[in-house]
Amino acid sequence: MSSAGRFGEYGGRFVPEALIGALNELEIAHNTAQNDPLFLAELAELHRTYTGRPSIITEAKRFAEYAGGARIFLKREDLNHTGSHKINNVLGQALLTKRMGKKRIIAETGAGQHGVASATAAALMGLDCVVYMGEEDTRRQALNVARMKLLGAEVVPVTSGSRTLKDAINEAMRDWVTNVADTHYLLGTVAGPHPFPTMVRDFHKIIGEEAREQMLALTGRLPDAILACVGGGSNAIGIFNAFIPDSAVRLIGLEAGGDGVETGRHAATITGGTPGVLHGTRSYVLQDANGQTVESHSISAGLDYPGVGPEHAYLHDIGRAEYRAINDDAAMAAFSLLSKTEGIIPAIETAHALAGALVVGRELGPQANLLINLSGRGDKDVQTAAQYFGIPL
Amino acid sequence: MTQLDAVMAKVRAENRAALIAYIPAGFPSQQGCAKAIQALADAGVDAIEIGFPYSDPVMDGPIIQEAAEISLKGGTNAADVFAALKVATDTGVAAVVMTYWNPIERYGVDQFAQSIADNGGSGVITPDLTIEESDRWLAATNKSQINPIYVVAPSTNDSRLAAVTSKTGGFVYAASLMGVTGTRATVSSDASNLVSRVRAVTDLPISVGLGVSTREQAKSLAAYADGVIVGSAFIKLLLEAESEEKGLDAISHLAKELAIGVREGR
Ligand SMILES: Cc1ncc(COP(=O)(O)O)c(C=O)c1O
Repeated sequence: MSSAGRFGEYGGRFVPEALIGALNELEIAHNTAQNDPLFLAELAELHRTYTGRPSIITEAKRFAEYAGGARIFLKREDLNHTGSHKINNVLGQALLTKRMGKKRIIAETGAGQHGVASATAAALMGLDCVVYMGEEDTRRQALNVARMKLLGAEVVPVTSGSRTLKDAINEAMRDWVTNVADTHYLLGTVAGPHPFPTMVRDFHKIIGEEAREQMLALTGRLPDAILACVGGGSNAIGIFNAFIPDSAVRLIGLEAGGDGVETGRHAATITGGTPGVLHGTRSYVLQDANGQTVESHSISAGLDYPGVGPEHAYLHDIGRAEYRAINDDAAMAAFSLLSKTEGIIPAIETAHALAGALVVGRELGPQANLLINLSGRGDKDVQTAAQYFGIPL
Repeated sequence: MTQLDAVMAKVRAENRAALIAYIPAGFPSQQGCAKAIQALADAGVDAIEIGFPYSDPVMDGPIIQEAAEISLKGGTNAADVFAALKVATDTGVAAVVMTYWNPIERYGVDQFAQSIADNGGSGVITPDLTIEESDRWLAATNKSQINPIYVVAPSTNDSRLAAVTSKTGGFVYAASLMGVTGTRATVSSDASNLVSRVRAVTDLPISVGLGVSTREQAKSLAAYADGVIVGSAFIKLLLEAESEEKGLDAISHLAKELAIGVREGR
């Protein structure tokens, strides 16, 4: 394996030998595609005519009044087709799947956004699609289960372990080991064995590339801080990547603090975890003294994951990015605030970044410009939010 | 030379295959595991693999997943794994641990290898450790004089087979098929193909696992493999038994059948 698969001491490949051939094939297909103008043009055209890129930037003036007067800009990934950033990666990997001559994709999903995006791409490109989803999440995100089925995908509820995203990934990996000859595992975040963390970042980095130009055009300068929620970390790395060389720009990832990191019931992997190996990569992990994965907790299904992408672990350790935890209640307060001040209902995942902005805005003061990755829209969360706020359905 | 090396040499001299049984530590209970190990040893298995139950067993099918879950609910930790290893080695069979990588890293790579040796163990099977990530582990197994046992698959190409087996000790673990652990009605034809490809690149003994559950399957594998590995079939019997006693009788019976199978293959 090339050193490209490592981020300092993180990343790499911890997988059964059975998958090495497929990972090598994928690495080569990705590297070839990234240097192939035809591939890049095909993907760009899809993004223009199907995803709806470039995504716009909205200044959230009324919301900003609650953030110490800092200017707040929202990168509107929620306006992408299927309602989140996930489609960026999915279209890229679906094109690669066709290039590799595979006919079937499998995917894991937590909130259902990655599953919906995968089912969408499969419908568009004529691929078979099976989505693994923790049974607990199929309940929390019933609307997205129906969407996937309407799109022609098979949704398999996973009943092992904690019945959430981590177990959906386990089940997808078992499927992949068995069916690797004709199946591509369309992993939905910047975790997993090499080349996934690199490849998924490459498909999402367009978010930051667009935003960098847009912010320069809008404000004449780079933002002071960029905020994004972090589950596995794909929307965060997508918006961070183009700004990594801009050392004056603070990069802030907001993890799910659940009931509070101190309670142990959370999904803040970098804030509250330790280095270890999970799902094929070395990164931070929520684990016990014996190396067993600890179950994560979050009101947000998409952040409810006890691992995190290895590049985030590295950016944390070298001090280039910072990671903070946002509790369920703070996230839901920000969810409500954005809805009522801007007329934008965010995904609960995204609400963690918004809650972070309320804190960071006050820290940085009224001169600051904050850029937030509005990673997804909240339609899928209406039921959870109604329950949380006591709105009868 | 580990005890496993000695066992594999002995069965080669006897012109037969070794019977290797897998059981997770702490399953069906801490004491039940010790009894199961004794029953397997008494029934004539040549070597025992003690599984380190893990929260995210991506290489395992439903049977071993369930056993791991039961074991972890019972609180099984690294000390229990080493205790089970000691029980196994005390019976006189060769014994190794099979574990996903993270528990080793968490325990401490050098300490883990040394604890294997201290408890009489011959080696460790690491199904999700790639050779690219193995530098520290190989230094540790070398220092503690235990066998690093790697798994190869039907999809492993010839040059990679050569690379992986060059790092391997004890035996090469050949996965009979593309898939997870579990019992299968028939042993995949991929197995014999893989074994001959491994033979072409190494003189190490080759043991075949995944899906083996009957004397007939053991017999057919023993025709060309040096070892036959059986796990899920034993665990299934223990899971389905009305009582621990009956479960132990059942695995003892199966082990005796399989022990005949590995002797009638050639
Ligand atoms: C809208 C939205 N944002 C964020 C996430 C978290 O994923 P990641 O950290 O990979 O961006 C999800 C995952 O489902 C999501 O749906």
